[in-house]
Amino acid sequence: MPKELLEFEKPLIEIEERIEKLRSYVQIEDPRIHAEIEKLTKRSQYLLERIYLKLTPWQKTQVARHASRPTTLDYIDILIEDFVELHGDRHFADDPSIVGGIGKFGDRSVVVIGHQKGRGTKGKIYRNFGMPNPEGYRKALRLMQLGTKFKRPILTFIDTPGAYPGIGAEERGQAGAIARNLFEMCRLEVPIIVSVIGEGGSGGALALGVGDRIIMLEHSIYSVISPEGCAAILWGDGTRAPEAADTLKMTAQDLKKLGVIDIIVKEPVGGAHRDPKIAAQSLKETISKALKEIESIPGDKLAVMRYEKFSKMGVYKEDH
Amino acid sequence: MAWFKREDRKIKIPEGLWIKCNYCREIIYRKEVEKNSMVCPKCRYHFGISIEERIALMLDEGSFKEQDSNIYPFDPLTFRDSLKYKDRLKNYQKSTGYADAFISGEGTINGKPVILGVFNFKFMGGSMGSVVGEKILRATEASFSSRSPLIIVSASGGARMQEGILSLMQMAKTSAAIARLSEAGVPYISILTDPTFGGVTASFAMLGDIIIAEPKALIGFAGPRVVEQTIKQQLPEGFQRAEFLLEHGMIDMIVERKMLKETLAQVIRFFG
Repeated sequence: MPKELLEFEKPLIEIEERIEKLRSYVQIEDPRIHAEIEKLTKRSQYLLERIYLKLTPWQKTQVARHASRPTTLDYIDILIEDFVELHGDRHFADDPSIVGGIGKFGDRSVVVIGHQKGRGTKGKIYRNFGMPNPEGYRKALRLMQLGTKFKRPILTFIDTPGAYPGIGAEERGQAGAIARNLFEMCRLEVPIIVSVIGEGGSGGALALGVGDRIIMLEHSIYSVISPEGCAAILWGDGTRAPEAADTLKMTAQDLKKLGVIDIIVKEPVGGAHRDPKIAAQSLKETISKALKEIESIPGDKLAVMRYEKFSKMGVYKEDH
Repeated sequence: MAWFKREDRKIKIPEGLWIKCNYCREIIYRKEVEKNSMVCPKCRYHFGISIEERIALMLDEGSFKEQDSNIYPFDPLTFRDSLKYKDRLKNYQKSTGYADAFISGEGTINGKPVILGVFNFKFMGGSMGSVVGEKILRATEASFSSRSPLIIVSASGGARMQEGILSLMQMAKTSAAIARLSEAGVPYISILTDPTFGGVTASFAMLGDIIIAEPKALIGFAGPRVVEQTIKQQLPEGFQRAEFLLEHGMIDMIVERKMLKETLAQVIRFFG
């Protein structure tokens, strides 16, 4: 299939193939060919738009996990000038599934941290499929504390299936590492802007997710458990993941309704991977605006507001 | 020789008179275990106990006053699997007699006031949803304003799937509450019992000033089955048991149930 089309994008295959065929004839100067290409391109764009207007949660999950979806380093590349990557947790190791460093965002110096998924088999293994070990979370915390020390805003990017469930991770305190990040993030006295750019997988995502503004890209997801995991537990059948995706309410649109996130950023038609530059530009504008709203608030007050934001989350009934 | 495996041998035990130890798998006379605060006489494994037993074990007799019992769960996602979440809640409320998986209140330990919160594993595996999160927050706030030490006894499978992302957010909410308590210099003691996992360990439960576990309790981030499936190898002996956590430096101590109250009294005296 051309350009790694997803299952539900199949209606486009025929058109895209015809366009490609016609393109191979363009050396023949025939205005009819150009007209036909233009017509087909419009048709393809129209179809894509229609498909993406009503993606199901499971389809969104596939877009969020798309092999070509821009990763943290892709966004850093476009959004951050003079980026210097910093490594290691100073205790055990450097975890390549979380990247972080310092750089310029517009005219501000910022600390940037995000989950990193790899590309290609080797890259994916090197990045452990974006599933951090405890040292990844400890590196992230170290960098956040660096940002606080020098009073720099912190930008985090979330894109992980979840924290790695391995023996070493348990031995080195995966749970404690995540818990410590939650504990510290809610009291850091600098602005923290969180952007969910792909997959927000449970506690492993939240460990970079306690911020003043929570942004989600239009086709990203954020959930307490993966739809596959949920289906396996509920029905003993991982293939019922599409149903679980519906039930879990894990799309950006659902989370906005539930009041868990603040802002949804529109993606280019057909998903961020079709035009990473435009996706990054929209994200940049949203992050800038969010930063402008909060950067004049004194740090201690910001931490109190963040505490209040998270302490209000949850839905329950109360008798008086 | 799959038929030869120990796990496959299902032993049917008549309800009531005898129980099988979750750890050493010995069949033991129930009365003997009950006399021993639900501790296996063979291997010292600590069975789960009811909220009432837990309170009786830890607090001065009659000192417990429940707080925030007026908070009830509902179904924000209209979640449905084989059963509607709403109906599942009703069933658990009926079988346990409690509104949700956590109760909290004030009491005393050797005369010293404390705020105590206890998970009820029998209520949906002690899973943490909005009600549990809110009650932990309020218990922490009660501890904050009274400056009485906070003690939370965990037994939980983690975040409650049926409340989706809202359950995940309880991890941030409870950790934020503990951070605030910590800044105020009020002691928080976390007690981990069998089993404690997922969103509970990855938030307030691993944030105690002092972390105590019961002998042989299973404690971890990912459940042992998930870890096994991920690495596709057999797990090492004793993996994720309290002793394993102590060895790896994750907890302060392992305390037998009958020594728990005395240990707490000692710790609180130190902070007082």
